Amino acid sequence: MRRTALIFGLMLLVAPAAHAVQPDEILPNPALEQRARAISGELRCLVCQNQSIDDSDAPLARDLRILVRERLVAGDNDKAVVDFVVARYGDFVLLRPPLNAQTLLLWGAPFIILLLAIAFLWRRARQRLVDAAAPNALSTEERARLAALLGPEDRSSG
Amino acid sequence: MIVEIGHYALALALGVSVIQAVVPFWGVFRQDRTLASVGSSAALVSFALVALSFAALVTSYVRSDFSVGNVVANSHSAQPLIYKFTSVWGNHEGSMLLWVLILTLFGALVALSRRSLPPRLRAGTLAVQGLVAVAFLAFTLLTSNPFQRLAPVPAEGQDLNPILQDLGLAIHPPLLYIGYVGFSITYAFAVAALIDGRIDAMWARAVRPWTLLAWTFLTLGIAMGSYWAYYELGWGGWWFWDPVENASFMPWLAGTALIHSTVVMEKRDALKVWTILLAILTFSLSLLGTFIVRSGVLTSVHSFATDPARGLFILLILIFFVGGSLALFAWRAPLLRQGGLFAPVSRESALVVNNVFLATACATVFVGTLYPLLLEMLTGDKISVGAPFYNATFVPVMVPLLLLLPIGQSLAWKRGDLLGAAQRNAVAFGLAVLAALALLFFTRGGPVLAPLGVGLGVFLVLGAGFDLAERIVTRASGWQAMLSRARGLPRSAWGTALAHAGIGLSIIGIAAQAWSTEAITVLKPGERLTSGRYTIVLEGMSPRTGPNFRAEVARFQLFAGDRELTPVEASKRVYTARAMPTTEAGIRTDGLSQAYVSLGEAQDGVVAVRLYDKPLILLIWIGSLVMALGGGLSLTDRRFRLAAPKRAAPAGAVQPAE
Repeated sequence: MRRTALIFGLMLLVAPAAHAVQPDEILPNPALEQRARAISGELRCLVCQNQSIDDSDAPLARDLRILVRERLVAGDNDKAVVDFVVARYGDFVLLRPPLNAQTLLLWGAPFIILLLAIAFLWRRARQRLVDAAAPNALSTEERARLAALLGPEDRSSG
Repeated sequence: MIVEIGHYALALALGVSVIQAVVPFWGVFRQDRTLASVGSSAALVSFALVALSFAALVTSYVRSDFSVGNVVANSHSAQPLIYKFTSVWGNHEGSMLLWVLILTLFGALVALSRRSLPPRLRAGTLAVQGLVAVAFLAFTLLTSNPFQRLAPVPAEGQDLNPILQDLGLAIHPPLLYIGYVGFSITYAFAVAALIDGRIDAMWARAVRPWTLLAWTFLTLGIAMGSYWAYYELGWGGWWFWDPVENASFMPWLAGTALIHSTVVMEKRDALKVWTILLAILTFSLSLLGTFIVRSGVLTSVHSFATDPARGLFILLILIFFVGGSLALFAWRAPLLRQGGLFAPVSRESALVVNNVFLATACATVFVGTLYPLLLEMLTGDKISVGAPFYNATFVPVMVPLLLLLPIGQSLAWKRGDLLGAAQRNAVAFGLAVLAALALLFFTRGGPVLAPLGVGLGVFLVLGAGFDLAERIVTRASGWQAMLSRARGLPRSAWGTALAHAGIGLSIIGIAAQAWSTEAITVLKPGERLTSGRYTIVLEGMSPRTGPNFRAEVARFQLFAGDRELTPVEASKRVYTARAMPTTEAGIRTDGLSQAYVSLGEAQDGVVAVRLYDKPLILLIWIGSLVMALGGGLSLTDRRFRLAAPKRAAPAGAVQPAE
C-alpha cells in the first residue's frame, strides 16, 4: 500500500490518485458483484506494495478485477476464479498465503508461540508448587552441589 | 551560514554524545561520582546542540533556502508556511534529524528528572542513551545529511509530496517518533540495570512513567496516522496491515505488555527478568521499525541494494543494539535475583496471561511482516502476507485476551477470587450479551461476527466502568462519602479504567465497520447517489486555485434519510510543481458516524463518485484518544510525576491499592 507507506513511513514513493473499482467495472448482478469484491480483497496487485486489487488503481489491478468478474459471469465458483488467477500469477498473488511446507511456520507461529509460553508457565508453576510444598528442601541439583562441597570435609573429619 | 552552523552543531553533538556514552561508564567502573555524573551535563549539551541544528534546518525551510539540497527536493516557495515548516520532516534526512532531536530530548529529560534515581542507574542509563545517540547521529551525518549544499542554486524547489501537504504531517510523525524513541529510555534503563546487575521494585517505579509516556504518544501517533490515512487516501480504509503500519504496531503491542509487566514488578517484585527482556525487545522493535521503513527493504529485498549505505548502516545499528543487549541479557539475567512467588489466581497471574497474549500477538505481526522477506532471501520464492492473514491469526489471539480483561482487572493482588471476579463482571457480561443479541436480531441477514465484536466492546467499556463504580459506590454511605472515595482513588486507577474502556470503544468502532456501505457510480449535476443512510446530490463542479495546486471541486447536498446535513465538498487536486494529482475526500461527521465522498475521473460534465456510510467510525479514534488519555492520567499519578517534589510522607509509605 504505497500511500500508507508514505504516511506511516514518510517514504517518498510515487503515489497516484487512488480510485480502485471504477463505475464501468461493476457487474449488474449485485450478488456476483459482492463476490467479486470479496475475491478482489484477497488478491494482490502485483505491481503494488502490499495492496489488494480491490484497493489499487494500477492498470494491472483493473485488468485483474475485470478478469475476476469475467470468470464469475462465466459461471466459475469463487475457488475456481482464484485458482485461475493463481495459475497465471503464482501464489504471490494471494494475500492470504496458502498453507504448505513453505508457510507452515508462518501460519503455525501464533499457535507455536502461545503453546510454548503456556508450556513454560505450566512448568514453572509446577516447579513452584513443588518448591512451595517443601519450602526449605533443597533441589536435587542443590543437594548434589552441597554433597560435592561437603564431600572433602566429611572425609577430613571422618 | 545558518546551514553550516546547523551542520557543525550536529557534528559537535556527535562528539558530546561520545562523551555521554563513555565517561559515565568509566565513572561507574572507577567508582568516581564526578565522572559518573558527566552524563547529565553531556545529555543536556547534546540536546541543545541537536535543537540548534534542527532550528537551522527549520530556518532554511521556512526561508526556502534553495542552496540546500534537502530543501530543494522537498519544498517549494509557494507552499503555505505550515507546510514549509512540516516539510522539514517530510523526507528521510529531516525525519532522521527529528528522530535524533527527540532521542536527545529524552536524554535531557532523564538528566533533568528530579526523581531520586540511584546514581549508578542514572549514569548507566544516560550512557546507554548516549550510545544510541552516537549511532543515530553518525548515521544522520554520514549517510543522511540534511545540510548538503547545492552548487548551482536552483531557482525553485521541487515541492513536498502532495500527499504529505496536510496537517497530519504536522502531528503524526512527531507523536509517533516520541513514542518510538521514548522506548529508548526503558531500553537504556534495562541495559543499565543488567550492567549494574541489580534490579528491584525501585527500578520498576523509575521506568514506569517513561514507558507510560512513550506508550501514550505511540498510541496517539498510530491513531493519528490511521485517521490521516483514512481521510487522505480516499477509499475509506483506516488500517491496512501494511508493513510500515506493523512497524509501529509491534512496539505498541510490546510496550502495552511492558506497562503491565512493570506493574507486577513494582507491586509484587516479580517478573523481573521478563520485564527487562520486554524493555529490550520493545525498543528493538522500534529500531526494527526504523530499519524496515528507512532501508527500503520492504519494496523488495532487492531494493535494499539501491541505497546500500543507509540500509547497511541501520542494519548494523540494529544488530549492535539488539544483539548486544540480548547477549548482555543472556549473560547477566541469570544473576538477577528472581522475584516472589504468586498464586495462580491473582491479579499478577492475570497480568502474566495478558503478557502471554500480547507477546503472542506481537510475534504474530512480527512473523507476518518479516516472513516474506526471509523466505525470499532464503528460497527466492515470493509470497504475500496481507490483511486476510492478520484477520485470521491476530484477531483470534486478541479476542480471548480482551474477553479475560475485565475479569483480570477485578482480581485482587496476591490471592484473587475467580468466582467473585466473574460474579462482579456478570452484569457487564450479561448486558454485553444482550446488546450483541439485540444487534444480531435487528440486523438479521447481515454480518454475524460484527454484533459479537460490538458486544465485546460493550463488555470492556462496562467492565471498566463497573470496576471503578464498585470502588466508589458502597451501599451504606451517602454521595459525599462516594465523592471522597472517588477522589481518593489513585489517578492510575482512573487511567487504567479509561485505557481499558478506550479499547472497548475502539473495538465497537472497528466491529461496526462491517455495516459500512459503499456505492460507486457516475453522476451528472442534479443526480443522486445513496449508500446506507446517506444520499448525496451532485450540485456542480467548479475549478479552484490553491497556493500551489489547481483543484476541481464537486459540491454535494447531503441527506441522512429526510434530514438535510451541511453540504459536502470533495475535490481532485493537481499540484503544479510535481504535476501530481491527489483526491481530497469530502467527509461529513454525523454523530459518531461519517458520510465519506470521494471523486474519481471527471470528464464531459460527469464525474465518478464513491459514497460511503461509515457507521460509528469515529469511535475507532475516540477509543484511541481515550486510551491515550488513560495513559496520560496514570502519568500524573503522584507516584510517577516526573519532576514532582518528594511527598511529605516517607518514601516507604504504603501506596494506595490499585
